Formats: sequence, structure tokens, C-alpha cells
Amino acid sequence: MTTPQPLLVFDGAARAYGRAVAVAGVSCAIQPGSFVALVGASGSGKSTLLKMVNTLVTPTDGRVLFRGEDVTTLPPARLRRRVGYVFQGVGLFPHMSVAENIAIGPRLTGDKLAPERIAELLQLVELDPALARRMPDELSGGQRQRVGVARALAGEPELLLMDEPFGALDPVTRDALGRKVRELHAALGLTTVMVTHDMAEALLLADRVLVMDAGRLVADETPQGLLTGAGGEVAQRLVAVPREQAERLADMEGRLA
Amino acid sequence: MSAIWDILPGLGDKLAAHVVLSASAIGLAMLIALPLAVWASRSQIVARLALSLASLVQTIPALALLALFFPLLLSLRAVFGEGLPTLGFLPALMALTLYALLPILRNAVTAQANLDPGVLEAADSVGMTKWQKLTLVEAPLSAPFIMAGIRTASVWTIGAATLATTIGQTSLGDPIFAGLQTQNWALVLAGCLASAGLALAADNLLWVIEVGLAKRARWMTFGGMAAVMLGILAALWAQGSASEERRIVIAAKQFSEQYILAQLIGARLEAAGYAVEYRDGLGSAVVHSALASSNVDISVDYTGTIWTNYLKRTDNPGREAMYETIREWEARENEVKVLGRLGFENAYAFAMRSDRARELGVASLADLAVVAPQLTVGGDPEFFERPEWIAVRDAYGLSFGKTRNFAPTFMYNALQSGEADVISAYTSDGRIAADRLVVLEDPKGALPSYDAMLMLSPRIAADEGVIAALQPLVGAISVEAMREANLAVDREDERKLTPKQAAAALAKTLRRPGLDPGPLSSEK
Repeated sequence: MTTPQPLLVFDGAARAYGRAVAVAGVSCAIQPGSFVALVGASGSGKSTLLKMVNTLVTPTDGRVLFRGEDVTTLPPARLRRRVGYVFQGVGLFPHMSVAENIAIGPRLTGDKLAPERIAELLQLVELDPALARRMPDELSGGQRQRVGVARALAGEPELLLMDEPFGALDPVTRDALGRKVRELHAALGLTTVMVTHDMAEALLLADRVLVMDAGRLVADETPQGLLTGAGGEVAQRLVAVPREQAERLADMEGRLA
Repeated sequence: MSAIWDILPGLGDKLAAHVVLSASAIGLAMLIALPLAVWASRSQIVARLALSLASLVQTIPALALLALFFPLLLSLRAVFGEGLPTLGFLPALMALTLYALLPILRNAVTAQANLDPGVLEAADSVGMTKWQKLTLVEAPLSAPFIMAGIRTASVWTIGAATLATTIGQTSLGDPIFAGLQTQNWALVLAGCLASAGLALAADNLLWVIEVGLAKRARWMTFGGMAAVMLGILAALWAQGSASEERRIVIAAKQFSEQYILAQLIGARLEAAGYAVEYRDGLGSAVVHSALASSNVDISVDYTGTIWTNYLKRTDNPGREAMYETIREWEARENEVKVLGRLGFENAYAFAMRSDRARELGVASLADLAVVAPQLTVGGDPEFFERPEWIAVRDAYGLSFGKTRNFAPTFMYNALQSGEADVISAYTSDGRIAADRLVVLEDPKGALPSYDAMLMLSPRIAADEGVIAALQPLVGAISVEAMREANLAVDREDERKLTPKQAAAALAKTLRRPGLDPGPLSSEK
């Protein structure tokens, strides 16, 4: 069996802001169809690395290749239409209805999204198609983030980038939306890279976890590998938190029983 | 105050001119400020520079800003040729545009700076080009704030446009300035009422657009815009239908005598079949240049004024020599024809209340010098900068305790109320007689003469019809007749006349028509 061509390759990608180094040379390849979680503490450079993919941040050294092409050589507007992006701030356009927000990507290239397609996208993220005519400020936080996901999917992207997508949501909504995204990833055959600081979320959703520390990639493991002690000290410190919480909860349940 | 309601309907053409001027200035300011704001949102340096410059402009008084464009445009004639207008619409438009920039620019820049960074990131991440980001996201989200800036600019501009009168642009300032000078308060109020009404109407219509933009209520936005456009089009139409062939433009500076003489001249020209137009309330400094450049055609100016301000002379060769030198200089340097002297002087003189003069024992400037340190002297705003003042001050060693500036009209009131002990009066002023003031003697002859001269622009300098119509005014107005006419306009009782009525009365008292009186009897 031949390995397929990687969809995304980081080739020594680095980013510095003056003397401060945000990303200090990261190299790895991401295969089509994989769900990769990018985990690390605040300031570890994970968001910066993610934004290099759709050139919201340009590398100061090294390259990022998307289907073999250096992303900085692609016209940014064209590149970003092939890459769905969901982030914590959501960034729905407040002066556009839900339908207009979802249809914005295709509209930019002169395509009109049919109302049926908008309804379908809303159903995909488990929203009532009747919400299409609402304005963003009439929605709850969870609904808004679902619209954000629908907007990212509207252009039928080859790659879905998510930057702390559920960070501002309550735990119940967060869990439900996480499962939904994982489900869509499988159903639509997406390649997904998700930045999160929550190791539990990464372990439960991803099939590959990259751990960053101080701008460097310090672990590249499967969730199973991490749970069995691989990945080194930084990764294990991050895994220890949810594991310990789970053990304590199990203890409490044991005592109650 | 029923007079106001009689005046208001007659202000239609002023209102139309005011609307066209204000709308043009705001439109031009938007054309400059909005692209500049976009640029500023992408460059800190541009933002800081543009806002500082716009703020700097705001610190210049509107009146000064308007006046400054006259010399600027005059010097630009070297580049653009003699056809460049230096007075009227163009300088008014430029000054008001500069004035309107700040609120539009500041609101636009602030609106852009306050846009939600998440929304901007989303715009980039969905693949918008810079232009799409501007038109689809930044502009619609900033629009209500920008509209608020345009509202502020409109109210300011409509108010400041009244000052355009001083540089020869017709506006609602015409009745205000004319009324202030002739103490016709109904005229002042009518002008203020009209411009305030216009400002309020504009503010409200623009508010409708602003709310429409903020609430995304299209009918409000477009309805408001349609109403604004309709108003501007109506004004343009009114103005377009009013403009005819070039008329003879008569200038008047900002005091009663000038308004009366302009009416007197106008009446004679109309009687001779000419179409005339009045450019009232011009700043004293711009009248001469306006005449030399044929922006206005007829003015009445004074020998002493031309002597010091334009010939830059400080000597005093005597009345006749001064007049002949000016006449010759005007013809040679400016192609301006000095038709002749009207027969009276409006010279600077020092006047006191007679009781105060008696009390202090002052009859001449020499006496005044002794008590001056305990006195307050009042003068018009330019007086203490003028060489006449310096000449008199140095000749008699005058040193006053306090120096105060008053508008010419209020100087006499200040003298009556005791806010000033001595004022720089004008010899033809009717209030000298009315208030029984003492005009102090000038034994050293330090004050130069100020013969009123009738002056014609190069454009009509050789127009025989005009010369024939105006020749009878030469030497025909005595200082007593002029004082009486001035008093009739300046007084505040029921015998008060409009400049036009006073001019008609003055026309009946003309003496020895048609002869330059030669050496005139001094009336100081």
C-alpha cells in the first residue's frame, strides 16, 4: 500500500514577532481524512501555527504546503475559500442574516447558495432551518457557533481549521458540538485540524494529537499512545490532568455506591 | 417682530445659495475624508497625520480660514491663470470643506478602529479580498457612525457658511451681516432663523438616514437620502434659474456707510438701465483685491486706507498730493479707475463724551496724552494694528491704561456705558452728532485724510454708461449729509431707515452735481 500524498505539510515553519519566537520551526505532515488535535498551554504557539495554514499569519521561516503548494504563493482569497475556518470569536457578520452569513463564501466567488442548501447546512449542525432569516444577535452562543461551523462547511472545503472552536461555550453545548463536528468530519470525509488547550477534548475527538510547547512540537502521538504513557514529559503532564480528574470522580462514585 | 416674517420670504435666493454651498462643501469633504479614513485604517502614520491636520484646521477661526483663501487663490493665479476666482464660491467651498473634514474623518477612523476584531478575522478567513472586506463588512458596519460624523459636519458647515458673506459669496449670512451693521435686528434674526432652521432640517434628515443605516431599515435610509437630494436639487434649480448675464457688482464693506453708498450707486445704475448685484459685508481687506481682479466692479474706498495698506506709505504729504498719487497709482498698477471723490471724509478721529472731556479738560490729542494712563481706549478690531494709530501714538506719546477692541457698531455704546473713555471714531459717523461727542483736535496733523473715493474695476473702467451714471455723485456728498444718512440707519428708534431708504433720502440732498470739488473744506 502506498501512502497517499499528505494534504498539509509543515516544513520547518517558524514565526517570530521581533525577538519573540511564537513558532520555532515545526515539521510534520497531515494525511487526508485525519482529525488532528493541536494541544498546548497558552502561548505555546498552537494558534499561530494553525493560522499559517490559511495565511492569516505568514511564516518568517520555513514553508507550509497545501496539496504540495506553498500557501504563501497562492492568492490568499482563493486559498481561504478552500479552507474552512472556525474560531472562538465566531465572527458572524452582525449586519447579515444567518442565511447570508452561511452563503458568504460562495457569494464572494459569484455563486449563489440555494435556500435548500442553506437549510441542509443548518440541519447538518442541528439547527432549525427557520433560523435562516434571523440576525446573529438573536441567537444563543451555541447557536452562533453552529452557524459558524455551517459557514465554514458551505464552501465544501478540503480542510477544516478550528481554533478553540468551543472555548466560549458551556460544557453541555461544548460536548454536544464536539461530537457533532467529529460526526460531520467522518460523514463528509473532511480533514480537520483543531487547536485546543483541553487535552480531554483532544483525546476524545482526534485520531492524532500534536503537543506544542514554547513554539516546538514535543509530541506526535495517537490518543491511545498518550494514554499508555508515550509522548514525553510535557504531553504526559497534560494527559495527567483529565486522567486524575476522571480517577477522582470514579473514586467518589465508588464511595457513593 | 412681525418684520421677521416679512423678511423671511425674501431670503429664498440666499437660502438656495446657502444650501448649494453647504452641500457642496460636505460632499467634497466626504470625497476626501472617506478614502482618507480607509487609508488611515491601514496606516497608523496616515491616521495620526490626517487627524492632527484636520484638528489643526478646526483651531483656526472660520472667519480667518475663509479670509485666508483669498491671498492663497490670488497667489495660485500664477499657476492657473487669471481666470481663477479668488472670491465667492470657490474660496468659501474650500474653507468650509476643510472645516467639515474633521468630524467626518474622526468618526470614520474611530468607527473602523472599533470594529469587532473577530468580525474582521472572519472576513479574512472566508476569503474576502481587501475590496470585498471594505464594501461588504467595514463600510456597512461603520456607516451609522460615519453618518453621525456627517451630521455634525453638516450642522457646523451650515452655521459657518453664513460667514461666506465676508468673502463675497451669497449666503444666509448676508442678512445677518447687513443687519448687524445697521442694527436692524429683525434682519439679523431672520438670517439666524433661516440658517438655524436649515441646520435643524439637515440634522433631522441625516438622523433618519443614520437610524436607517443602524437598524438596516432601507426605507428610512433611502427616504432620508431622497429628501436630502430633493432639497439640494431644488436649491440648484432655484439658483440656476436665477443666474443671468453678468451684472455690475457693487461691493460694500461691513459698515452702514458702505451699505448706503452701495444702494445709492446701485439705484443710479438701475435708473440708467444696468442690472446690478450687491456684494455686501465684504471683509475690508478683500475689497480692494476683489476690485482689482474685477470680482466686484464698484467700491467706495478711502484715501488713507489705500495709502497705508496698499501703497505701504507712512508719510503724510497732504490731502491733495495723497489723492493724486493714489489715483495715478491705481490706474498704473491695477488698471482701477478712481472716478473721483464723493466729497466727504471718513477719517479716524478720537472722540469722547462731552461731559467726560470737560471733566478731564481734554480738547485735543495733546491734552489727552496727559491723562491717557488712567483711561481706557476703544477701537475697532483693526485699529490698533494700523499705522495711523502708531503715528498718533508716537506723535503725542499716548499711553493708555487699557486698550479694548469693539465691533464698530458697539464702540459708541461702549463710550456711553463708560466701558471706554475714548474711542477711535469715524468722522462721517452719524453718532458723533447724535451722541453729542467731542472730536479731539489733531494739532500735529498726525492723522491722515480719508477722502471717500468712487472706484471702478478694470472690467468697467472704460464703460461710458457707468461713468455717466455715476459722475454726478462726485463731490456731491457733504459730510453732514453722510452723517445724517449714517445716523438714520444706525439709530434704534422708530425713525430708523434701511440702507436703501437712507440712500434714497441721501440722493435728494446731493450738492453741485458733477463737479469734483477740488480742495474740500475740512470737516474734522
